[in-house]
Amino acid sequence: MTVQAEQRPGSGLEAEPRPDDVSVETPFRRFVSDFLESRIATAALAVFAVIAFIALFAPWIAPTDPYDLAQVSVLDSHMPPGSTAFDGRVFVLGTDGAGRDLLSAIFYGLRISLGVGVMSGIIAMAIGSVVGLAAAYFGGRVDTVIMRIVDIQLSFPSILVALVLLAVLGKGVDKILIALITVQWAYYARTVRASALVERSKEYIDAATCLALGHRRILFRHLLPNCLPPLIVVVTVQTAHAIALEATLSFLGIGLPITEPSLGLLIANGFEYMLSMKYWISVYPGVALLITIVSINLVGDQLRDILNPRLQK
Amino acid sequence: MTVFIIRRLLQSAVVVAVMSLLVFVGVNVVGDPVDMLINPEADQAEIERVIRDLGLDRPLHEQYGYFVVNALQGDLGDSFIFGQPALQLIIERMPATFELAIAALLLAVVLGIPLGVLAGLRPDAGWSRTIMAGSILGFSLPSFWVGIMMIMLFAVMLGWLPSTGRGDTVPVLGVEVSFLTRDGLSHLLLPAINLSLFKLSLVIRLARAGTREVIHQDYIKFARAKGLSETRVVLVHLLKNIMIPVVTVLGLEFGGLVAFSVVTESVFAWPGMGKLIIDSLHELDRPVVVAYLMIVVLMFVIINLVVDIVYSILDPRVRLQDTKA
Repeated sequence: MTVQAEQRPGSGLEAEPRPDDVSVETPFRRFVSDFLESRIATAALAVFAVIAFIALFAPWIAPTDPYDLAQVSVLDSHMPPGSTAFDGRVFVLGTDGAGRDLLSAIFYGLRISLGVGVMSGIIAMAIGSVVGLAAAYFGGRVDTVIMRIVDIQLSFPSILVALVLLAVLGKGVDKILIALITVQWAYYARTVRASALVERSKEYIDAATCLALGHRRILFRHLLPNCLPPLIVVVTVQTAHAIALEATLSFLGIGLPITEPSLGLLIANGFEYMLSMKYWISVYPGVALLITIVSINLVGDQLRDILNPRLQK
Repeated sequence: MTVFIIRRLLQSAVVVAVMSLLVFVGVNVVGDPVDMLINPEADQAEIERVIRDLGLDRPLHEQYGYFVVNALQGDLGDSFIFGQPALQLIIERMPATFELAIAALLLAVVLGIPLGVLAGLRPDAGWSRTIMAGSILGFSLPSFWVGIMMIMLFAVMLGWLPSTGRGDTVPVLGVEVSFLTRDGLSHLLLPAINLSLFKLSLVIRLARAGTREVIHQDYIKFARAKGLSETRVVLVHLLKNIMIPVVTVLGLEFGGLVAFSVVTESVFAWPGMGKLIIDSLHELDRPVVVAYLMIVVLMFVIINLVVDIVYSILDPRVRLQDTKA
């Protein structure tokens, strides 16, 4: 039973094949080949890899540093895509209202948007997993109270929860992180609890309990790894959602401060030039945002298909 | 049943109490209430008078008591910017927001159900795939950006529709509405489409899933065996049966539309309560922010309460499960 449970795809992520059994189909390898079956998902993963690369290495690959005043000239402001600056540089995607190269600003913006989205996702996942595991493992009153809180929170739309918190906390990177984490944790808690409830009644947990292992060890070494597959799907969906929500809040001017120019802020900056036909300032950051969200969602869709035991052949 | 309703009422009361506590703590403990609640242009004597009026010289638990008592009497403070009671300001803006939300809901239903049924009837046809791809986009696209693109296309480039404001309004039963004038309708169209896109995608998916399920049921086969025309089978037998989940979800989603109208109203400068709260947040008009949050949360609590009670009447399993827990 234990062996079977541990061989579910996704939970075997750490089970790298040893060089001497190359021909054996490990869970990880099956997971990879299942994933690559869908061309759209593979392409989406490749696109996301490129975006992540850009986000990580923005300062080294961006043509200019858009926030270094020595490299920016107001004389270059509002230049349409493809125009050339007086010093011979080409602005592939044009420049914004302050003369910054839009392509570079988008690279830096991706770094901030993706950073905030992924970081909030990881922290929310950690909190939600622990809370969900505790609810499923201890059951009874603990479970009732936790799940009631989760249900109540999920009955409010995410933007309202974020609005309440930001109105109370104010502006700032830490504040928006708190808001995004609060919006997300309940989804993780609910997902982990649901799969932990199923796993808890299996023999390997009974076996671990009989061995008198500590609560913490059973929870994190035995229960959690087997709850991973649905959790991975939720991570993708929630990260995409967090990135979109951060962009929305920043666009509204209640998210990140102007010192952290994420894609949402870039779009907001361009909005004022929209009426004078300078479309590129908000169109291109929006396209970057869109490609990011859609690629994450497509990867998530494929993960859901291959990690869902009900859909398995 | 009574036990169930009492439990739910208590739960709702707890949620509202927690919210008021959260907002109170946010305003009075995290921030400096003198800064937030008193008009910065007030002089020293005025500041002292307000501090005494608001009871800011009292211990915290007494202050919270004042806040609750005032809130229960509908007094959530006066707006710094408008000088009017905050509650009144929000109630004045409510019809605009509700008009927008209802228009968006109608669009989602009127377009979404036929599209979803079509996609469900011929799931492999090219246009069905197009509809479903469109609905995925509707879920993924951040609505504020779509709104900007709509303004760019229809207002700036084509010049067909106005991009800001509400246009001419006419009073109906004492409430100003836009949709009855030509000018108002043209102002309403873009924001309503923008707000409805997400729900439209949702309705398409629900209608498609419902159609795929219902189409294989025996009563559909029987209706066909009776020799009814395909149109009648779809319009009467199928449509009636897919409406239940669609209507339920839409009832729940109306509150979501009101909450998300914050975004659409800001993009299209629609003078509703969503734009009011964003403006108030920028101008640090705390009484309006507090009043908006309390009203919207109260609205959600009431919607959820009503939905729960209606559900428990329709489905006894829900309340039995709950009284046990």
